[in-house]
Amino acid sequence: MTTVAVPGPSAALRRGTSRNVVGIVLDSVYAGALFLGTFLGVVFLGLLLWTVYDQGWDRLAGDPGEFFGNFVSRFPARAGIKAALHGTVWLMGLTALFSFPVGVGAAVYLEEFAPRNRLTNFVEANIANLAGVPSVVYGILGLGVFVRFLGMGPSLLAGGLTLAVMSLPLIIIAAREAVRAVPDSVRLAAYALGATKWQAVRHHVLPAALPSTMTGVILSLSRAIGETAPLLVIGASVAIFNTPDDVRDPFSALPVLIFNWTGRPQAAFAEAAAAASIVLLAMLLAMNSVAIFLRNRFTTRW
Amino acid sequence: MAIPLQAPDLGVTRRRSRPGERVVVGLLLLCAVVSILVTVGIVAVLASEAARFFAEVPIFEFLTGTRWAPLGGRIEAGDFGVLPLLNGSLMIAAGALLVGVPLGLATAIYLSEYARPRVRGVVKPVLEVLAGIPTVVVGFFALNFITPTLLRPVFGEDRVFIFNAAAGAIAVGLMILPIIASISEDAMRSVPHALREAAFGMGATKRVVSLRVVVPAALSGIAASVILGVSRAVGETMAVTIAAGNTPNLTTNFFESIQTLTAYIAQTVGGEAAAGSVRYQSLFAVGATLFVITLAMNLLSIRLVRRFRQAYQ
Repeated sequence: MTTVAVPGPSAALRRGTSRNVVGIVLDSVYAGALFLGTFLGVVFLGLLLWTVYDQGWDRLAGDPGEFFGNFVSRFPARAGIKAALHGTVWLMGLTALFSFPVGVGAAVYLEEFAPRNRLTNFVEANIANLAGVPSVVYGILGLGVFVRFLGMGPSLLAGGLTLAVMSLPLIIIAAREAVRAVPDSVRLAAYALGATKWQAVRHHVLPAALPSTMTGVILSLSRAIGETAPLLVIGASVAIFNTPDDVRDPFSALPVLIFNWTGRPQAAFAEAAAAASIVLLAMLLAMNSVAIFLRNRFTTRW
Repeated sequence: MAIPLQAPDLGVTRRRSRPGERVVVGLLLLCAVVSILVTVGIVAVLASEAARFFAEVPIFEFLTGTRWAPLGGRIEAGDFGVLPLLNGSLMIAAGALLVGVPLGLATAIYLSEYARPRVRGVVKPVLEVLAGIPTVVVGFFALNFITPTLLRPVFGEDRVFIFNAAAGAIAVGLMILPIIASISEDAMRSVPHALREAAFGMGATKRVVSLRVVVPAALSGIAASVILGVSRAVGETMAVTIAAGNTPNLTTNFFESIQTLTAYIAQTVGGEAAAGSVRYQSLFAVGATLFVITLAMNLLSIRLVRRFRQAYQ
């Protein structure tokens, strides 16, 4: 009896690689190019962080008390970020205060109560479009409505409202995803025990959706806090020499200050801008860490 | 937004609600309606002030004029031609695409077809961090690294201005990279595995599968990501204001200083231009131009995303 050796699929075929020389070269050039393209993005992020650190760290670590405790100054060595840091913290609070309840309310309505009708479709299409409106246009809205029409002037209140309106679509989208992720069995169980629809939402769906909602809200807030253009347009100032204690006060903010310092010719101001950038990035990093912690620690896996 | 994701009717519609529940639902509806008010507000503000502007400057002159000189003491005919600004925005968008599309698509194909889960687990968060860097910091990077360390040594100090369109375009390209990468990757991953396996069964290599099967199948999603990238690039403000300069310049030279629609708005800050002046109103006319351009592209992109979702889900 003769055995016929039936060749199995060649190793090359199984791995989905070419068997001729040109093909092998093309395969590896292609794979190499993809890898290079991917890591070029990573490299640029590294260069960016390194540039900011390299230019700003000495200024920040040199005399942190002065840098955090001083107001702006004509002399770069004496300039500090006190007013801008306070302004940014105020803005963060005001933005969250306005956008969180409205955003979550809209999300709950759209996910749980909205009938399938033209109004609902319109609201949904509208939110998707608002999410793509450039931030500077929200600045124009803030200038036209809050600052001028409602007479708030370039105040913290106008700034907070502008940023809140800007982050609203993102918050609604994030909160909707969180509410949608709660399975129907939770609602059905509540109904079986005699809960009304609102009771089921209020006592079961919302608490279950809260951690991932918070994650989305914090991420949207961290975007809002880093925004410069809308604040510039509504007239955020840099020359503020006291910390605000009322929402009607004029304000400064870290991104606006960074922009102002970056635009000055003296190298020392560029260093101050880099130092302020480190502070801003650290704040955003802290917020994102909290968001990721909430997501990993409290989100229920159904 | 387009997918009918409403919860199934669980038979609760017949249930009588407790007193006050209708009020709660009404309040929630009000929250949802706020988003419509925002849109109404944007359109009303832009339209009313832009209308006043076009009463002073004929709209035809605005759209076809090649000179943008809003700072003159007296307004003369031809001072408000938007083409230089539009040209600046388009240059930034084109340059950003040149950077963002190849890198973004390479990243998307690599993550979707090649990368091991562990590499994905590192690269995706890094891209999210890149997407989350404040634009003013990216602008700082463009002015203090891209121009002096990359562009000027390579292309010559005498050719590359300190403020130049190229640096702004590269910076914006880096900003749209994560958007293009993540939307395209979503589209590629939603291509059914059966398609890939069929191609592998025919003896196709990984390269052929990704280029001839996955990319064409995900094309509407990829197109949507690119259009969204253009829309973001046109709407980006701070990086171009910082790095690309503020010279309304009808040029095609990427090493010269230009001004975009957005940079003009950011420079003509609300507090400075007196309300009622033509210069103040020009802010809204430029804003309206920007709004219309980005809205058209966003609508197109949303439509395309909807198409690839319908095709494979």
